[in-house]
Amino acid sequence: MSFEMIFFILVGALSVGTAVGVVTSRIAVHSALFLLVHFATLAILYVTLNAQFLAAAQIIVYAGGIVILILFVIMLIGSAPLETRAGYRSWVPYAGLALGVVMLAGMALTVLQMPPATINPAANEGGVPIVLGVEIYSQNILLVELAAVLLLVALLGALLLARRPKTEETSIS
Amino acid sequence: MDWLNLIIIPTIRSLVLIVVLLTGFAYLTWYERKLLARFHVRIGPNRAGPRGLLQPIADAVKAVFKEEIIPGHVDKMVYLIAPALALVPALIIWAVIPLGKGFPAVADVPIGFLWILAVAGIESYGVILAGWSSNNNYSLLGALRSSAQMISYELPLGFFLLSILLLAGDFSLVNLVESGRQWWEWLWLWLMFPLFFICILAETNRSPFDLPETENELVAGFQTEYGGIKFALFFMAEYINMITTSAIMATLFFGGYALPFGIGSDFLPILGPFILAGKIIVLLFLFIWVRASLGRPRYDQLMGFAWRTLLPISLVYMIITALLTVFFK
Repeated sequence: MSFEMIFFILVGALSVGTAVGVVTSRIAVHSALFLLVHFATLAILYVTLNAQFLAAAQIIVYAGGIVILILFVIMLIGSAPLETRAGYRSWVPYAGLALGVVMLAGMALTVLQMPPATINPAANEGGVPIVLGVEIYSQNILLVELAAVLLLVALLGALLLARRPKTEETSIS
Repeated sequence: MDWLNLIIIPTIRSLVLIVVLLTGFAYLTWYERKLLARFHVRIGPNRAGPRGLLQPIADAVKAVFKEEIIPGHVDKMVYLIAPALALVPALIIWAVIPLGKGFPAVADVPIGFLWILAVAGIESYGVILAGWSSNNNYSLLGALRSSAQMISYELPLGFFLLSILLLAGDFSLVNLVESGRQWWEWLWLWLMFPLFFICILAETNRSPFDLPETENELVAGFQTEYGGIKFALFFMAEYINMITTSAIMATLFFGGYALPFGIGSDFLPILGPFILAGKIIVLLFLFIWVRASLGRPRYDQLMGFAWRTLLPISLVYMIITALLTVFFK
């Protein structure tokens, strides 16, 4: 077995193991930690595929941003087990399971229907950010702009939620 | 051969680097205590060895032989992982910092810049998890403050880094040092250095931005429940972070391992690490100077400064840098 193969099996096993840990942990912070390790293993796999830029982006966005926000939220609302909370419905886990199965089926179908992979020449140099940048901002500019609009909508939504009614503030002062 | 190149040589390099950094940490504590003493018109440590030079070793021995106490109310696994998580990012950033001509610390990866951003992003986990796992209100407050502070100051820091990147046009730190800059580029970057340094102070939780551990209101915040060598690990993380960020600033703003005007570029492979170390020591002086001179701001002042002052400035700075890059380079 080659070096890459052994490495892939080790990292892949860790990746799957931590992914299972995310959904089986009883404590929310532990789930978040498993998620963190999971993202790190994905980044390592990207590096072995010579996609260093993607690996760095994975760490910056997911490990550096999203998991910290998750931890932040857990600390703000407390990390007691879900079952003990008010408003908890016992059917929620089953609904989640069903949604997961539908999602998995959809992904499986998509993968099966795809034509055999043709390697994009840019993909081989995915580690070089310039190639990736040109690819993203010329071929796929429409998708980038769509994502930007989506983010803007989310931002405005957050602003709207966080805004306090003006009348209350004036009455206090 | 694969094994030799992929594992053994990087391992040896990393080990040498870690030993040097840990020694550097030990003597940084001595340096800081001596300097603070000077600022306070005191003498500072002077009992252990000549000029107190053996003091760090005495401190290390003391920390190691302290009793290992794990409080009964903590989340044991996270409690034990947190100090390590605080220390590791400070060490692994060094993998991409160039130490001399054609001599990166461990590897010259094409994404050196992003590596710094990525590791800076995961730096706060140690503090956050320590605060949460301690199961103590003061610790939790310290952890919340820390995460909010780090997320906030990462934004302007990221924009400033992006501006440097725009001027350099390359993700590799080795190329950044070797290609040099024009005079107006240096001036334009130095103009931003004080703001960058403020962001770094907040990111490393150094005074005056050490609000996660304010001892007068949070009784040391996230590290309240830690003692012995585990406390020392947090201490180590903070100081090695200072060394690491100084190395980054030296590389980004002051030419890294190179001397100005290309003086002595023939001996650079040997001299490089020493020149870099000299620049790091000067920058460390800045950290300690600030600690000795400034008081802590209030928490809302800290957050307000990040969002209302630094963030807009960094955005404007980045836009002007982009224009300069397009029209003058």
